[in-house]
Amino acid sequence: MVHARVPGTKGLENYLAIFGSREKKLLQAEPSWLTHLRKTAIERFSNLGFPTAQNEYWKYTNVAPIAETRFDFVPNQTLPEISIQQLETFMFGHPEWPRLVFVNGKYLESLSSQTSQTDHLRISNLRSVLGSGSKVFESYLARIASFEENSFAALNTALMDDGAFIYIPEGKVLDKPIHLMFVSLTQNGALTSQPRTLIVAGKNSKVRVIESYASLCGGSYFTNAVTEVFVGENASVEHYKLQRESERAFHIGTTEAYQSTGSKLASFSIDLGGKLVRNNLTVGLHEEGSECELNGLYYVSGEEHVDNTTFIDHPKPCGVSRQLYKGLISGKGRAVFFGKVYVHKNAHHTDAAQTNKNLLLSEGATVDTRPQLEILNDDVKCTHGAAVGQLDEEMIFYLKTRGIGDREAERLLSYGFAREVIERVRIEAVRTELDRLLLARLQDCAYFAWRDRMKK
Amino acid sequence: MNLMLEIKNLHVSIEGKQILKGIDLKISAGEVHAIMGPNGSGKSTLTQVLAGNEKYEVTKGEVIYQGKNLLELSPEVRAREGVFLAFQYPVEIPGVSNAYFLKAALNEIRSAKGLEEMDAVEFLELLKEKMKLVEMDSSFTNRPVNEGFSGGEKKRNEILQMAVLEPTLGVLDETDSGLDIDALKIVAQGVNRLRRKDRSFLVVTHYQRLLNYIIPDFVHVLVGGRMVRSGGKDLAFQLEEKGYDWVKVEPEVSEEHVK
Repeated sequence: MVHARVPGTKGLENYLAIFGSREKKLLQAEPSWLTHLRKTAIERFSNLGFPTAQNEYWKYTNVAPIAETRFDFVPNQTLPEISIQQLETFMFGHPEWPRLVFVNGKYLESLSSQTSQTDHLRISNLRSVLGSGSKVFESYLARIASFEENSFAALNTALMDDGAFIYIPEGKVLDKPIHLMFVSLTQNGALTSQPRTLIVAGKNSKVRVIESYASLCGGSYFTNAVTEVFVGENASVEHYKLQRESERAFHIGTTEAYQSTGSKLASFSIDLGGKLVRNNLTVGLHEEGSECELNGLYYVSGEEHVDNTTFIDHPKPCGVSRQLYKGLISGKGRAVFFGKVYVHKNAHHTDAAQTNKNLLLSEGATVDTRPQLEILNDDVKCTHGAAVGQLDEEMIFYLKTRGIGDREAERLLSYGFAREVIERVRIEAVRTELDRLLLARLQDCAYFAWRDRMKK
Repeated sequence: MNLMLEIKNLHVSIEGKQILKGIDLKISAGEVHAIMGPNGSGKSTLTQVLAGNEKYEVTKGEVIYQGKNLLELSPEVRAREGVFLAFQYPVEIPGVSNAYFLKAALNEIRSAKGLEEMDAVEFLELLKEKMKLVEMDSSFTNRPVNEGFSGGEKKRNEILQMAVLEPTLGVLDETDSGLDIDALKIVAQGVNRLRRKDRSFLVVTHYQRLLNYIIPDFVHVLVGGRMVRSGGKDLAFQLEEKGYDWVKVEPEVSEEHVK
């Protein structure tokens, strides 16, 4: 039994107790390296506790509602009958795309399809490899996403029960994107799920993975997800995270990638839901000549809070990073962008560009943006910039002279603003789906009422 | 003939600077009026005021459009009532395709008229038809509004929008500027095909060139914020020949008379 080393919160005590009750069972079923890992992680979690505003990286996002709530963790729960039709609204693309479906963190084989369990290609749930003795799995799990300073990653590592394991061997090009669907279904009481995803793309391989986080019937719950991505030498990975949790949900996501020589990563982080959302995205260009492109789009309305904290690490020469995050903030929504690019001393010929642009669409909307470059090498090309603005008056007038009224003008210009990110999506079906979802969400149009008040 | 538009003693200023100093103009249904004038005479200001640009302040006078006080209406209501301005500098709307934009515009206008909204299939049919009018190829539909368009493409796009939205009063602001002769012909032809006895045009231009292709019923000369001459289409030729200096003298004189 582990005891809290920091001032206890309800949440902290709760998770330590949950770990305590699972420990014995897991010890029997799992290999010793994994048990050891879990123990280290829960120790770390109890030392770190939940982050507070004193922590520089959590200055703008208060996780007290998570820390002070006892979310139940019931990985092997009995679920009501769920049909594929019920999930249809979250599905897009082709039915032949490999699909893994998780409900409240539990893998549902009956709703999943086109999985693969061979050593040559693995598209499977995590649980199926936990006790399999897979060497690949063992050598990558928890080696990319560090939990040293990240208590949510520590918590996930200690408690993880299921998730996805994708292994693409050397030279394999997977033409169909893989869709991982993490669906929440609230029944009695608030639940937490701790989904864990590990993607290993071997040398010269190519893979595209979409993670969807969605809610079947609204309600309050807590998703604490961790995804690790290993991009092998000259491999190419496209990673899409489409977060549209319920308006009462808490979502903390940690995604970390390791990039090998000459590898390419394109990441898309799309947030269209959630009461309190935090994405920690860390990309390490750990070997020479690797390239990453990080794209983000968030629409924050009502009383939602969405925080994107990203870290791009350039420890080696000739790395290229491109980042474009765009946000629309409406209602009393609050958005946070904290993006750090760190260029080490010997990382010459680094080429890094970072941009964050925000549109404020109502009086109550707020945004905190902090792009940050730290460069310890002179021979680099680095730019960064941030903007917070409102709708363009010339564009508004042009639209109006065509008969377009306030509401449609706001929708159209917001959509146009977001399209710059959507256009970068390489999968047509994902683009189409994002267009549809965004237009459906652009509903509370309060911009012109605010604009009129400002003019007076 | 039915009176379409009546401008009475219109005074307009921007940022405290008086631009229009008492304009009078009557346009009947089916007529094409041209306004010519040197740079800075207030031609564009007049078009912007007709479209409802709030940056310009009307300090005196009125504008009656189809019996309504036009200046009281918001820009979008004016457009729904049939006023269309082809911009001298069309605005780029990144991320929004031509087709999406025009469909939204047409449906807002149709709704205001109590007509059913057009679905995507119907609309694309219509758009294809209208695009022939200005000789645009189909790639136009999916390109963002005016973004990356050449000067000529932007102007043609304005005429295309006019063709789709079918206004009652088309106001063209320097639609000929920056066009080569072929593009000019296409644009003029587009306008000519839209001429009808219940539709009027106000064509603002610096040069007489455009009026070789869009033959006006009346020509007015605007200098220093005042209409200094009005006449038939021949006036345009005289201006081309003699230059604006020819008409510039008179207003100064008349101003002194007033004083």
